[in-house]
Amino acid sequence: MPNFLRAPSGAQIALLKAAVFFACLLPALDLALGWRNGTLGANPIETLTRASGEWTLRFLLITLAVSPLRRYSGLHWLLRLRRMLGLFAFTYAAAHFMAYIWLDQFFDWRAIAHDILDRPFIAVGFAAFVLLVPLAATSSKAAIRRLGGRRWQSLHRSVYAIAILAVIHFWWLVKADLLKPFIYALILAVLLGLRAWWRELERRRQLSVPPPAKHLDRPVIRIVQK
Amino acid sequence: TARLSAAASPLSTDEALTGHEAVTSYNNFYEFGTDKGDPARNAHRMSTRPWTVTVEGLAARPRSFGIDELLKLAPLEERIYRLRCVEGWSMVVPWVGFPLAALLKAVEPLGSAKYVEFLTHYDPEIMLRRPILQWPYGEGLRMDEALHPLTILAVGLYGELLPNQNGAPIRLVVPWKYGFKSAKSITTIRLLERQPATAWRRTAPHEYGFYANVNPDVSHPRWSQATERRIGEIRKRPTLMFNGYAEQVASLYQGMDLRTYY
Repeated sequence: MPNFLRAPSGAQIALLKAAVFFACLLPALDLALGWRNGTLGANPIETLTRASGEWTLRFLLITLAVSPLRRYSGLHWLLRLRRMLGLFAFTYAAAHFMAYIWLDQFFDWRAIAHDILDRPFIAVGFAAFVLLVPLAATSSKAAIRRLGGRRWQSLHRSVYAIAILAVIHFWWLVKADLLKPFIYALILAVLLGLRAWWRELERRRQLSVPPPAKHLDRPVIRIVQK
Repeated sequence: TARLSAAASPLSTDEALTGHEAVTSYNNFYEFGTDKGDPARNAHRMSTRPWTVTVEGLAARPRSFGIDELLKLAPLEERIYRLRCVEGWSMVVPWVGFPLAALLKAVEPLGSAKYVEFLTHYDPEIMLRRPILQWPYGEGLRMDEALHPLTILAVGLYGELLPNQNGAPIRLVVPWKYGFKSAKSITTIRLLERQPATAWRRTAPHEYGFYANVNPDVSHPRWSQATERRIGEIRKRPTLMFNGYAEQVASLYQGMDLRTYY
């Protein structure tokens, strides 16, 4: 592996971040141009709503993939992209929400309230969005300091629940062809399953602390990764 | 494609037509894929000549009809109908066709025939193999619905032969019911005593009923049917009872609870 990938310099990280930022903007740009040029098909509102929803789901999964990728590739700087990816998940979720509230329902609050109360798939999607708001709001370094690392982390673990809700939201709205939601569910199951597996490994390791080795006269210090 | 000569019909609406491009590129024809654009991309693989439609079951003179014979069975009419999809969008489509009643009369239904079943083309070589619905796609009507003057077999669109993605060479159009009732690319019509099983009802009976009449007051379990988006428009418009054909068809359902028989 080239050295700059293993341990990029500060400038290289900044460049990488900028590149990822623009890559993440591309779907939005594509949709905005499609809307302006009238190339989103016969039902552009549906296209926009669906695409922004699917990109939300994709960014949630990409964000959740950062830890496993980092762990198995050894590229620790990947972690420095995670906040941005998470914020893009929120941005596409907000666009999806606005497409629904504004373009689809045109601020018909009575119809929207009915939808949320009567239709589980809307309620679940709405809940996922509402839960995502505090995560976006506490994404800054200052917020981490204010909350304290531990509280911040337990708050941000709700992203697991949010991703599950998002997949259910997609699953329930499909008429008959469940292939796509199934693929998203499968990827999410792998990403969450890995975390459960890591916990299990950690538990086993802590249970099986080896007896002190005889040839060492100093106590063994084990560094346990959180 | 050949122009079809068709007489204007007093049963047509004078509402603005949905564009040809939208009508032929935004389709539900699951045999060719579940994305709206899939049928336009894939349906060209289907060959619609030769084509026969077999009419069988409880009829005095059951028989098969070649497609050219069907095109001459009755004078072709242009029927401009509203089309309301169960998903919440709608179009105004200039169909060319003839009353289904004309075909049924040709086979002389027996008195015991109470329902009409429609089976459609299925060829796994060119169509989806995943069993999203049970193939071949089946639909059905009550005999009085089938004989209603609004119910037509369409063979054309915008004055030309039907494009494959719209259900060539012959399809049903029942304008007061959700679009999925209007089976595409029909190969078999059966006259039955009992109500036939239908494709969407087999898959999700609590969501799709046999009648599937457009009804703003009866929600789909997962979305409201009170409004619809007319393709080409931004704001939604209210959905009309029986898709605006209540005057002609409401009497067919007198005394029926439309919440039970959705």
